[in-house]
Amino acid sequence: MAESTLEKLVIIGNGMAPGRMLEELFEKAPGRYQVTIFNAEPRVNYDRIMLSPVLSGEKDYEEIIIHGDGWYIKHGITLYKGHKIVAIDRAAKTVTSDHGVTESYDKLVIATGSVPFIIPVPGKDLQGVITYRDLDDVQAMLLAAQSREKAVVIGGGLLGLEAAAGLKSRGMEVTVLHVMPTLMERQLDPAAGYLLQKAVEERGIKVLTKANTKRILGETRVEGIELEDGRIIPATLVVMAVGIRPSAGLAKEAGLAVNRGIVVDAGMQTSDGDIMALGECAEVGGMVYGLVAPLYEMARVAASHLAGDRKAAFVHSDTPTKLKVTGINLYSVGDFADGDDREEIVLRDATAGIYKRLVLKENRIIGTVLYGDTADGAWFNDLLKRGTEISEMRDTLIFGQAYQGGSPLDPTAAVAALPDDAEICGCNGVCKGKIVTTITSKGLTSLDEVRAHTKASASCGSCTGLVEQIMSLTLGESYNPAAVQPMCNCTELGHDDVRRLIKAKGLKTIPAVMQELEWKTSCGCAKCRPALNYYLVCDWPDDYADDYQSRFINERVHANIQKDGTYSVVPRMWGGVTNSQELRAIADVVDKFNVPLVKVTGGQRIDLLGIEKEDLPSVWADLGKAGFVSGQAYAKGLRTVKTCVGSQWCRFGTQDSTGLGIRIEKFMWGSWTPAKLKMAVSGCPRNCAEATCKDIGVICVDSGFEIHFAGAAGLDIKGTEVLGLVKTEDEALEHIVALTQMYREQARYLERIYKWAKRIGLDEIRRQIMDDAEKRKGFYDRFVFSQKFAQVDPWSERVSGKDKHEFRPMATVGFNQAAE
Amino acid sequence: MNWIAIGDISDIPLRGARCVKTPIGKIAVFRTAENKVFAIEDHCPHKGGPLSQGIVHGNAVTCPLHNWVISLETGKALGADEGAVRTIPVRNDNGALSIALENLTLAAAE
Ligand SMILES: Cc1cc2nc3c(=O)[nH]c(=O)nc-3n(C[C@H](O)[C@H](O)[C@H](O)COP(=O)(O)OP(=O)(O)OC[C@H]3O[C@@H](n4cnc5c(N)ncnc54)[C@H](O)[C@@H]3O)c2cc1C
Ligand code: HEM
Ligand code: SF4
Ligand code: SF4
Ligand code: FES
Repeated sequence: MAESTLEKLVIIGNGMAPGRMLEELFEKAPGRYQVTIFNAEPRVNYDRIMLSPVLSGEKDYEEIIIHGDGWYIKHGITLYKGHKIVAIDRAAKTVTSDHGVTESYDKLVIATGSVPFIIPVPGKDLQGVITYRDLDDVQAMLLAAQSREKAVVIGGGLLGLEAAAGLKSRGMEVTVLHVMPTLMERQLDPAAGYLLQKAVEERGIKVLTKANTKRILGETRVEGIELEDGRIIPATLVVMAVGIRPSAGLAKEAGLAVNRGIVVDAGMQTSDGDIMALGECAEVGGMVYGLVAPLYEMARVAASHLAGDRKAAFVHSDTPTKLKVTGINLYSVGDFADGDDREEIVLRDATAGIYKRLVLKENRIIGTVLYGDTADGAWFNDLLKRGTEISEMRDTLIFGQAYQGGSPLDPTAAVAALPDDAEICGCNGVCKGKIVTTITSKGLTSLDEVRAHTKASASCGSCTGLVEQIMSLTLGESYNPAAVQPMCNCTELGHDDVRRLIKAKGLKTIPAVMQELEWKTSCGCAKCRPALNYYLVCDWPDDYADDYQSRFINERVHANIQKDGTYSVVPRMWGGVTNSQELRAIADVVDKFNVPLVKVTGGQRIDLLGIEKEDLPSVWADLGKAGFVSGQAYAKGLRTVKTCVGSQWCRFGTQDSTGLGIRIEKFMWGSWTPAKLKMAVSGCPRNCAEATCKDIGVICVDSGFEIHFAGAAGLDIKGTEVLGLVKTEDEALEHIVALTQMYREQARYLERIYKWAKRIGLDEIRRQIMDDAEKRKGFYDRFVFSQKFAQVDPWSERVSGKDKHEFRPMATVGFNQAAE
Repeated sequence: MNWIAIGDISDIPLRGARCVKTPIGKIAVFRTAENKVFAIEDHCPHKGGPLSQGIVHGNAVTCPLHNWVISLETGKALGADEGAVRTIPVRNDNGALSIALENLTLAAAE
C-alpha cells in the first residue's frame, strides 16, 4: 500500500474489545486512520464468549468469528496474525513484534486482554495441564477428550464450570475442584451455589468443594492431582480455570502507569497521551473487568476519543453474570453480601428448583441472584441500574415484572426474556442464541434468510412467530414481521408461539402460562382457556392436572349437550362391532330412562339422545355394567374407528380390517387431540368404511396397509392424501400413532388434521413419519407415555362419584316453603 | 328481602357454576376466579342455552350453545350481541350463600 498521509493507529491485541472499538470508529470517523493490528493469536477476531459452545460441540469455530478476513481488507487494516509485540518505544513511537516487524504509530491502543492465572504448584508445567482462554486451548481439550478418560477442572467459577460441562458432553469423566465451600461464590450466594452444584452433579460431573490442590502428579504427562488433604484424583487432563490477570507487562516495561491493570482515565488514556488501553488489560477507576459488557463500553469511549470527541467518559455499571451451560439458568448482578443496612426478599420453590433473592438498600435493589427462573433478570437489573424506589411494589417485586400492574404489555417481552439456550425450533433443534448470532454475524434481514442459515422454522414452521419476534428484537424497528393472528383478545401471541413458549419456558399450569406470557385478562376467556388446557395436557401428560373448568361443557361432563340442555350418550363400540348382550343393555337403558331417541351414528355407534343431565351418572352406571365405556363422541380426541368386515367375512377383503380397527381404537382411545379425530379402516380399495375422507384412514391391500390422512367430510369436503404404504399391522399402528402424536404436538387447538397438514406441508409430515424412523419412534413413545394417564374411563370415574357437583342442582328452593 | 339459603360457596367450583331449581326455572349461581358470586337465570338470551354449563372467565360466562358472552354483573350480552338475562340478588355471608326469593315470586307472578 502506498505511504498515506492518514494518521497511523496501531493496536496491540485483536480481541473483542478493540474489534468493537474499530466498528464504532469506522462509523464515527470513516477513513481517518490507517490501522495496523498485531495479534499474538494467529487468527481474526472471534467471539471468545462462545468458546464453550465450541467445546461442547454446539457450535463450530466458523460460527463464532466476529470479523472475517474480508472485513480487514474492506477497511484497509493490516493484521499481523501470530505476531506478539515485545517492545514499545515511546520516544520513537514504534512497536516491535517477536517476528521483528516494527511499525510506527501516531496513536497506540493496547488491548492485550488477560492471561489465565496458573496456580504455582509442582507439576503445573506437565503435559496435559492447560488453561482455558483461547481457541488453541479448546482444540487441546478436544484432542484430550478423544481419549474419553478422566479430566479434572480446577476452579468452580464460570469458566471452570463451562469447561467441565463441555468436556463432559465430549464424553470425558469430569471432576471439578473448588477451593471455596460453594461454586461461583463471587457471583452467587451460598443457596444458589448449592442449587448450581446439584444441577452440575445431575449432569454426571463430580464436584469437590473445599478442595485445595497440593500438587499435580505425573512424570512428563499429567496422571492425577493430589489434594492438601491427601486425596488423589486420577486425571489425564487438567484444566486450570482459577482466574485471570490483566496482561499489563508490556505496558509496564514501556514505563506506563500500571497497577493491577494498565491505569487509564475515564477516556481510556494511559499515562502517555498518545497511548490508550482498553479491554481486560485496562484498569479504570480502580477496577478491572472480565465480562464483555463493560469492555464494549470502553470500546465506545475509546472510539469517540479517537474520533475527536474528548467528552466521552466510561461509567461503571454492574454486569450480570450468566452461565452458558445448556439447561442451567442462573443470573446474578450487583452486590449481594449480607449487611446491617440491607434487607432481602427471598423466594424459593424447592420442587421447581427455583431460588430468587433480591438485596435491598434504602428501598432500592442493589443485588440480585436468580437461579432456575431467570426470566426477570433483565428487569431487576434495570431497576438496579436506575436506582428505582421499589417500596410501592415491594410485596410482589420478587414475583417479577408480570405481576406489576400497569406496565405496558409487550408481546415480545416473553421472547426477549428467554435464555439463549431456549429451544425455539423443535424440528431442527435451534436455540435462541444461535438465531440471534446468525442474524447479526451474517447480517440477515428476512425470515427466509434466517431459515436458510439457521434452519429455524424451516421445517414445521410452528415457531415462525417466535423467530420473527427474535428478528425484531435483534434488528429493531427495521424488521416488520407479518402479523400473527393472536389466539384471542387476551393475548397478542398466536397459538404457535404459545405452544412453543409453554415448552421452552416449562410452563405447567394455566395461571403460569397467563403469568409468564403476560395475558391481558385475569383468567382468560372461553377461547384461550380450553386451548391452553389442551396444550398443557398434551405437553405435560404426567405433570399437568387437567383443568375441567377450562373445558367445554361436553368434555366436562362427558356427554354432548343438545339444544334443549339435555345430553346425548354414545357408548364405545370398538371398531363398530357389538353383540347381543351390549344391545340388550342399551335397550334396557332406553326403557328405564325413557330415552326419547335411539339413533345409529355416522361413525358406526349407537346414540342415546335426550338424557337429563342429572340422569347421566345412572345411565353410565347401567351401561358400565355391560362393559361399555365412554365413546368420547364429545371429545376433541379420538372418537371412532369405523371398519368394514374385511377379510374375516368379505370376499374381497385383503386384510382383517375389523381387527385392525379395533386394535387401533383400543390403543388410542382416551387421547386428547387438537380437534376431533375420526378414523376408518377398509379391507380393500372398494373402501366400504369410507376411509378416504377421514382424518386418518387405512386402505388394506394385498401387499399391506395404505395409510391415508388429512381427509375431511364436514363443512369442507376433501379426499385423503396418502401417507405411505407399510407391510404389517404393527407398522400400520406405529405410523398412525406417530402421525397422531405429531399432530397433537404441533397443531393449533381446534385445527383438524387436514388444515394442519395444509399449513405445514404434506411432504414435511411424510418426511417425519415415513422417512425418519427416529422421529417416528420418538412420537410413538411420547404417545404411549401420555396414554398411561389418558386411558381412564371418565364414565366409571363419575359413576364412582367424581365431580358429583356437576350432576346435581345446588339446591331446590321456592316450591314448598314447609319443606325447608 | 326474603333471603333463601342455597348452600355454601365451596359447593361451586372456582370458575364454575351450579344450578338452583326454582318455580320459575333454573337459576345459575356462579363463582368466579376471584371468589365473587353471581346469580342469573339459567337461560341464554339467544336461544335459551343453559348458561350454568358455560365456561366462566372474569365476570362473564360463555354460553355453551353458540358462544354468546354474558356479563354476570349485568346479565347483558357482551360484544356485538344484544340481549339480557335477569340477574338475581345473591348474598355471601362468609361463604353461606342465599338468593332473594321475592324477585322469584315476582317473576313467577309476571
Ligand atoms: C471461555 C470463556 C468464556 C467467557 N464467557 C463470557 C461470558 O459469558 N460473558 C462475558 O461477558 N464474558 C465472557 N468471557 C470473557 C470475555 O471473553 C473477555 O472479557 C473478552 O473477550 C476480553 O476481551 P479483550 O479484547 O479485552 O481481550 P481478549 O479477547 O483476551 O484479547 C486479547 C488478545 O490480545 C492478544 N495479545 C495479548 N498480548 C499480546 C501482545 N503482546 N501482542 C499481540 N497480541 C497480544 C491475545 O492473544 C488475545 O488474542 C469469557 C471468556 C472465556 C475465555
Ligand atoms: C366397487 C364397489 C363396491 C363393492 C364391490 C362393494 C362390495 C361390498 C361387499 C362385498 C360388502 C360386504 C358386506 C356383505 O357382504 O354384507 C360391502 C359392505 C359395505 N359396503 Fe360396499 N362395496 C362397494 C362400494 C361401496 C361404497 C362406495 C360404499 C359407501 C360409500 C360402500 C358401503 C358399504 C358399507 C357401509 C358396507 C357395510 C360394511 C360393514 O359395516 O361391514 N360400499 N360392500
Ligand atoms: S372395503 Fe372391501 S373388504 Fe371391506 S367390505 Fe368393502 S369390499 Fe369388503
Ligand atoms: S349436521 Fe348439523 S344439525 Fe346435524 S347433527 Fe351435525 S351439527 Fe347438528
Ligand atoms: S343459546 Fe346461548 S349462545 Fe345460543
